[in-house]
Amino acid sequence: MGLALRAEGIRKEYGKHVVVDIDHVEVAAGETLALLGPSGAGKTTLLAVLGLLEKPDAGQVFLDGRPVSSKDTQARMQMAAAFQSPYLFKGTIADNVAYGLKLRGIPAARRREAVAEALERVGLSGWESRSALTLSGGEAQRVALARALVLKPRVLLLDEPLSSLDPLIKGRLTQDFARIIHEDSMTTVYVTHDQNEAMAVAETVVILRDGRVVAQGHVDDVMGLPPDDWTAGFLGSEPPLAGTVISSAEGLVAIDVGGPVVYATGEIAPGTRVMAGVRPEDVLLFEGTADIPRSTARNRFQGTVSDIQLWGVMYHMVVEVDGVRIASRVSRASVREMGLAQGSQVQVVFKATAVRVRPFDESGRLDRDE
Amino acid sequence: MQVFVDAVVTAVTLLFQGSAELWNVIAATFEVAIISTVAGVAFGAPMGFVMGATRFRGRRLLIALTNTGMAVPPVVIGLVVMMFLSRRGPLGFLGLLYSVDAMSIAQTLISTPIIAGLTAAAVASVPYKLRLQARSLGASRIQEALLALKEARLGVLAAVASGFGAVVRGVGAVMMVGGNIEGQTRVLTTAIVQESRKGDFGLALALGLILMFITFTMNGFLTWYQHSNERFEGR
Repeated sequence: MGLALRAEGIRKEYGKHVVVDIDHVEVAAGETLALLGPSGAGKTTLLAVLGLLEKPDAGQVFLDGRPVSSKDTQARMQMAAAFQSPYLFKGTIADNVAYGLKLRGIPAARRREAVAEALERVGLSGWESRSALTLSGGEAQRVALARALVLKPRVLLLDEPLSSLDPLIKGRLTQDFARIIHEDSMTTVYVTHDQNEAMAVAETVVILRDGRVVAQGHVDDVMGLPPDDWTAGFLGSEPPLAGTVISSAEGLVAIDVGGPVVYATGEIAPGTRVMAGVRPEDVLLFEGTADIPRSTARNRFQGTVSDIQLWGVMYHMVVEVDGVRIASRVSRASVREMGLAQGSQVQVVFKATAVRVRPFDESGRLDRDE
Repeated sequence: MQVFVDAVVTAVTLLFQGSAELWNVIAATFEVAIISTVAGVAFGAPMGFVMGATRFRGRRLLIALTNTGMAVPPVVIGLVVMMFLSRRGPLGFLGLLYSVDAMSIAQTLISTPIIAGLTAAAVASVPYKLRLQARSLGASRIQEALLALKEARLGVLAAVASGFGAVVRGVGAVMMVGGNIEGQTRVLTTAIVQESRKGDFGLALALGLILMFITFTMNGFLTWYQHSNERFEGR
């Protein structure tokens, strides 16, 4: 495996506005990195720099350890991209998919074979002679993916490829894209502002804000334990809890988070300062007096609903437990059935395995968001 | 109204009979128009591409100058070319004044900014990200430029047609540097001026009809091409 793509000290300005300013980003060979962040965070610009499409004002991109630039044709030929708008060229679908092959001087017969194969992979077998400009959004995006895949790139760059599609097609294509990327164990950089998409396709994630990296690491770690308030808010969870390990035995640690004691799996020496977090999806709520069936869920608290918001199909609820805020995702039916509202007494339940823990000083980002 | 009836009758008669004089005029018209359109494309299209697709210092000034060039009255261009080519002018030694060459030079100065300006607008309308997409699939700068021209081809074609139209209908510049010499530098527009001054409305109108036919054919072709592309694009 090893590193495929790495960038050091990348800085890019448009006029006096700094769009990207990052120390270090890397993707391991065969893995997918999601660049996640709100609009204007510099995701697309960073992607363009990583893909050797734009020259950074400072910094260096490395492909397999070798310094590369936008003038390095050999390196550029090992990469391919698909963007948010498919930007299909005038002509047939086959013309579009064959574009990169033509640039590489592949003979016509082999081009035809490769195009047919690529179209089959994206579920558009036999669509070669259709006009590229008569397609629906989802179909066009499949063609754009085929146009990149057909080149069998070492690095695949995808810039919000699904964000302009309706939810039904988006859901299906997310699955398809994730499968195709993993089948080929292609090194992929995937730009998105949708964390669900990021979780579906990526192993590692970089969260960008105003051109800077605010969080970086394995998808489960970053999503489960965002480093600061802003990132937590962006990811739809509560800020991490700061606490101290009070005991550690048989793979289970007890953490005093300033009131309740939260259990997590792992082995950390007592007295260690840590940050802990749990994804809202992993937190269950029960009525305050309900008799909860025995289960393996170690963490059970009494709390008060302090905030309730409807986010799409689910409610996002914040429960206060002895001054500590814990978020939960609850279906509309459950909220109706339990009659939940601000001030309701509830029981909060989650498993020790759902809790992410990180030593406090490792990130040191808790108060970075001033 | 009798004057119109007479004119139309004369025009139709002349058109069907034809005459050496008439054919000379038509030939000279086409010669000047084709030379100055081809030269206008050769200078204007690359210029337009650079203005539309790249960013450089002084680009806005160049675009402003080009747009001004599109609107300069042909007589002014005729005057300047005439001054250059006149016996006392810096290029007087070439002895080009009152020739088809002189007319072609003046008309090229008219067609170039038109073709450059409209090509720039057409190419600028190709989204930057489409070119970025081509680049990401391995296109070199030149391949990227060719793709942008291909994407903007309807606009580029319209630019060429506008350049052709401007030179085929222009009268001021060709009159000044060509001199409207019968059998040599007389073209359709200058002939119309000449014949109507003489009161020969029939001949003038016949020439006008021929001019309109040329323009109509040109535009008809353009419209047909646009439609065939639109059908292809599924609009």
